[in-house]
Amino acid sequence: MKKRILILLVILFLVIVLGIFKGSVETSFKDLLLKDNQPIVRLRLLRILLAIVAGSGLAVSGIVLQAILRNSLADPYLLGTSSGAGFGAVIAIILGISGVYLPLAAFLGALLSIILVYNLAKENNKIPEQSLILSGVIVSVALSAIIVFLVSISGNEALHEITWWLWGSLQVYDLKLLLIVSTVVAIGIAAIYVFAQDLNAISIGEEEAIHLGVDIELVKKILILIVSLITASLVCICGIIGFVGLMIPHMMRLVVGPNHKILIPTTCLAAAIFMIACDTLSRTIFPPLEIPIGVITAILGAPTFIFLLKRKQRIK
Amino acid sequence: MSQLLKINHLSGGYHKEAIVKDLSLEIKKGDFLGIIGPNGSGKTTLLRLLSRILHPQKGNVVLEGEEIASMELKKFCQRVAFVQQDTAINFPFTVSEIVLMGRIPHLKRLQAESKKDRQIAQNALVSTDTTNLAQKRIDELSSGERQRVIIAKALTQEPILLFLDEPTSHLDIGHQIQVLDLLKKLNRQSNLTIVMVLHDLNLASEYCNRIMLLNEGEVFKEGVPEEVLTYQNIEAVYKTIVVVKENPISKKPYIILVPQEEKNRGH
Repeated sequence: MKKRILILLVILFLVIVLGIFKGSVETSFKDLLLKDNQPIVRLRLLRILLAIVAGSGLAVSGIVLQAILRNSLADPYLLGTSSGAGFGAVIAIILGISGVYLPLAAFLGALLSIILVYNLAKENNKIPEQSLILSGVIVSVALSAIIVFLVSISGNEALHEITWWLWGSLQVYDLKLLLIVSTVVAIGIAAIYVFAQDLNAISIGEEEAIHLGVDIELVKKILILIVSLITASLVCICGIIGFVGLMIPHMMRLVVGPNHKILIPTTCLAAAIFMIACDTLSRTIFPPLEIPIGVITAILGAPTFIFLLKRKQRIK
Repeated sequence: MSQLLKINHLSGGYHKEAIVKDLSLEIKKGDFLGIIGPNGSGKTTLLRLLSRILHPQKGNVVLEGEEIASMELKKFCQRVAFVQQDTAINFPFTVSEIVLMGRIPHLKRLQAESKKDRQIAQNALVSTDTTNLAQKRIDELSSGERQRVIIAKALTQEPILLFLDEPTSHLDIGHQIQVLDLLKKLNRQSNLTIVMVLHDLNLASEYCNRIMLLNEGEVFKEGVPEEVLTYQNIEAVYKTIVVVKENPISKKPYIILVPQEEKNRGH
């Protein structure tokens, strides 16, 4: 396990170096050291930080929901975060709110939809996994419909920004926001790791977990709260970035197995590597244009996923 | 033999409905108790009440002088283990990882398993004859192998009381005997108290030293196999005609089913 983490750390270092040097503006190593180019280096470093935070946050959220639902295809946006954030943003734009308050509105929208999903799923103070999936789908569909409705009846040009939420971006436009989100995600992941053993027990079955002394309803509530905070914070700073929360945990389970004590740290590193690589690609394929990072993750993610699925079917 | 578990006027079920009704029973240390009864008679509900999956509506359950509902769940699981009817595991854990999870009730969060914990898991693999499966993935095993691994996980909890819900229902006869022989061995050698729901009356007769026949959530008859497995009791509860003979090898009651066609012929 130590060897694997070391290998991942080395790869992470390499992609970070690559991420600093590659960009829409081609610069040599010498030039980057010049004082004039410091803003570029700073900007790229911030993007790399956001890539690490977004990647590991989404992937660990994916791990938690997959364990709770005992379904390796669960996605961190399952709780309605994405459409909730979009809904909050649209309302804010219509009301003429902008600047720092726009991400705040998105965050509140995301939380609102999670609370809605959670309460719809709740039954006698328990959260049955089927109800959670269904409520997530229902709330997402309803909020998406409202978003499209509001966009279509409103002449507001600013609403076109909303496509930004659909495909995500790692552009850092507010340093303070980045620091807040990074703190939330880091504390969230650390808190989830404390529950690694409980996640192992829950992933073999709810009743099995009770028989191993795990207070599942309490643990589930705490974990859903943490995942909600992580995904809601992330969606308001970088929009919706698909496939990472689904694919990286799935891939790492094949490599290191499903034991959460090992799966969580290795997945964090792998997701960080993947996101930095995707972001570097998004900046360098068609310079000076930038492709939304969600497009890159999907283009890389879908075939990988099909490959994994087919391989699994062959093994069976 | 001293008393291990005492069930006092226990009622419980799902929502408001009581499936188990005012049931009282004592289980002694070293018992091998079989719970039998028709579908819907409350066998599984009773086990779920005894293992704290369900909360009693009335009455209580006392384990070695302590009421189980007020025990800390972890403390309870250090003493009581449960083997479900069929455990479908979706994630590719290895057998040794699954068995080691039996130590969770004994560990704090973030506490790594010690050498002693690994040794206990290893012993459980040995006594369930699953050492050769240790590195295999749980989702690649046959149902007989998987059931033995799940029992190994339960043994790793080092329980004094083991509940099993129809542990042999998906197994062929060879594997049925293998699993029940294992339980008998654990019962005899380690004095492990076993409470097991079984569908197969003949297996219950062969392996259990006590049998409880449930009917509509109440104890119809409880005692040694010879007392409980009489044709009168079985016909009254299961509403079907049977013939009870003596197994020539074990001298235990042996139940023979009689198809409708044979009944019509006037046997």
